[in-house]
Amino acid sequence: MKITSYQELKKWQENCPKKTDYKINVLVCTGTSCLSSDAQTIVEMLESALESHNLQAEIRVIKTGCFGFCGQGPIIKIEPDDITYVQVKVEDVEEIVEKHILNNTTVKRLLYQEPNQTKSLEKSSGMQFYKKQMRVALRNCGEIDPENIEDYVVNDGYFALAKVLENYSSEAVIKIIKDSQLRGRGGGGFLTGLKWDLTKKVKGDEKYVICNADEGDPGAFMDRSILEGDPHSIIEAMIIAGYAIGANNGLVYIRAEYGLATNRLRKAITDAREYGLLGKDILGSGFDFDIEIKLGAGAFVCGEETALIRSMEGYRGEPDKKPPFPSESGFRGKPSNVNNVETFANIPVIILNGEAWFSKIGTKNSKGTKVFALAGQIRNIGLVEVPMGTTFNEIIYDIGGGHPEGKAIKAIQIGGPSGGVITKEYFNTQIDYDSLIDMGAMMGSGGMIIMDEDSDMVQIAKFYLDFTQDESCGKCTPCRIGTKRMYEILERLVNMEGKPEDLDRLRTLGEIIKNTSLCGLGQTAANPVLSTMKYFPEEYEAYAYRTKKTKYSIDPKKCVGCTKCARACPVECIEGKVREPHRINEAECIACGACYEACPVNAVIKP
Amino acid sequence: MKNKILDMTTLDKTLLKELDAYINLLDGDKGEHLIHVLHKAQELFGYLPQNLQLYVARKLDLSGARVNGVVTFYSFFNEEPVGKYKISVCMGTACFVKGADKVLERVESLTKTKKNEISEDGLFTIKDVRCIGACGLAPVMTVNDKVYGKVKPNDVDEIIRYYRGLEDENN
Repeated sequence: MKITSYQELKKWQENCPKKTDYKINVLVCTGTSCLSSDAQTIVEMLESALESHNLQAEIRVIKTGCFGFCGQGPIIKIEPDDITYVQVKVEDVEEIVEKHILNNTTVKRLLYQEPNQTKSLEKSSGMQFYKKQMRVALRNCGEIDPENIEDYVVNDGYFALAKVLENYSSEAVIKIIKDSQLRGRGGGGFLTGLKWDLTKKVKGDEKYVICNADEGDPGAFMDRSILEGDPHSIIEAMIIAGYAIGANNGLVYIRAEYGLATNRLRKAITDAREYGLLGKDILGSGFDFDIEIKLGAGAFVCGEETALIRSMEGYRGEPDKKPPFPSESGFRGKPSNVNNVETFANIPVIILNGEAWFSKIGTKNSKGTKVFALAGQIRNIGLVEVPMGTTFNEIIYDIGGGHPEGKAIKAIQIGGPSGGVITKEYFNTQIDYDSLIDMGAMMGSGGMIIMDEDSDMVQIAKFYLDFTQDESCGKCTPCRIGTKRMYEILERLVNMEGKPEDLDRLRTLGEIIKNTSLCGLGQTAANPVLSTMKYFPEEYEAYAYRTKKTKYSIDPKKCVGCTKCARACPVECIEGKVREPHRINEAECIACGACYEACPVNAVIKP
Repeated sequence: MKNKILDMTTLDKTLLKELDAYINLLDGDKGEHLIHVLHKAQELFGYLPQNLQLYVARKLDLSGARVNGVVTFYSFFNEEPVGKYKISVCMGTACFVKGADKVLERVESLTKTKKNEISEDGLFTIKDVRCIGACGLAPVMTVNDKVYGKVKPNDVDEIIRYYRGLEDENN
């Protein structure tokens, strides 16, 4: 069936099955994270249970994309009852079917238990995790079956495209995106409308729309979740971009590691073609556009747009100097517009709700929402989407639920290997592109790693440098050799073989690499080191002056002499009499931490 | 042929036929498809020995140097054989702060294999990989396509035992 006009799309939407056609909808998250903990088996068991009770016509099981609440997966949501079950196991399925679906009683033990509250929450809408969120880019993730085009159409999918093709000139589309002030969500934060305009203005009959789905930043998984949970929104946005800049070809460059996302996108492309939403003469408008998938092969630098283009052309993914920018000379030397997945996900909503609606959300220079991936030492690990201008405190404590064991949170690493740390003095800052730059970090793709008081910032900096130095493509000298030398200095420091002069060397080298590298990877490679040096100089000094304690000790004032630590110690280096303060023989201590874990009164001091 | 490692006649003929069929379906500039062709070749052969790289180069009308340059640039491609079970320990930040390095250490010591190497019995290849995006389950390791979440160093013993057990059953 080909849809050839706005009217036909409207008619199709009316005929598509809707959630309201069913008495109960059982939504099961089938994102990568939940799938790896048996979500597929849960779906199969639910389906066969419904079949045996002959309820398939009344109750629908929907395999959705990510709910964002990944730390509590697998997750099942039951609509319209608004009940969310967390950490569901295969053996729980029968109970859910028996109690909830057949007898309409909630399975209380599977509800989410909010921290510091004795009662579990009945309704999902009351969950702290969702209260402060505003889901724009993730609007369909966890709501629809990503492999079912009709689900997308029911939620006004492809209506933005139809609206554009019937009513707007390409100039008008660009004006809307410009006026919405949407900025690129992949890192730099360049104005999307301006980028489109630049590509449109370059002369040429062959242009390309490229979607950057090479999400290489460790700890960030929003792009993967959007592609897995709502692939059609990316297709729709790319067609709109193609119409705006005058391109008939789209390419999605996706990481080879993202198998599920690739498969779902592939299916979505096939379905869109079948309905005449992709390919020749889209929606009867005479406009042609098609999309091809290009697989990456594991290289972080390919997230940089010039390197990405080289890789798509079948070469080593080495970046080129800019200018010329891809908008002038990109894929095959033709004008190309590169946007990231989350940026594209915003486009259809902006067209449907209007630029004024969008630009009302957020701060003065950063409009709309941003998806952050929360990970590390935090209770609610997952994906959260909040309006720009939300504070770190709100994200960590209100949405994230704080530290899982109630320890103090020391810093947040944001922006991955290109970003920096934010310390607790700044947790009340409103997050947007500019405030992060002022703090010496950057938005990057939006990975947020929460670190508690036990984290060693020098080790964290070394971890990131190990990453960038490993991923450096080797084309330019500062990045290839400079990051290696920086890494060696850090290694010396943590092995207690460093010297005080090393700190100056590290700083100077970092600044040089920042100023002289060819591409974004090198220019930002030193950030994790420079930013931790700025905020935690004492940790670096402890290594450089070799005053860092590496062994555990016991606070004699706190110790009650219960002997638990001595019994836990695997090398028997703790001595002391019952009910008298104990002592650790530092020469023999292997820093395993067993005593620290065993102590009931927190008398053991970590190094 | 003088150089033995470049001897293309030792490659499996049936698999080559399959690879040829894949290549023949490609249109446009063949060089542009190089990365996809290498993905296919690795899927078929398990890894990309140099004679196979040369075969791909001849087939796509590219220089051997270009193909080898691409193979060695991307971490997904292996020039050495890989074990029957590929153990990947995620070293993304979320996993790292939750102790992934200890998991990797345990895997290495249990299999007596260093990372990026294959175990003596050919069963395991150990890799440390970049974020696989399952940060909610950190620390994570995968064995082929199976994902193990919230892995503690002690859990590794059981996982390795399981795959060794599978082998014993097969024998």
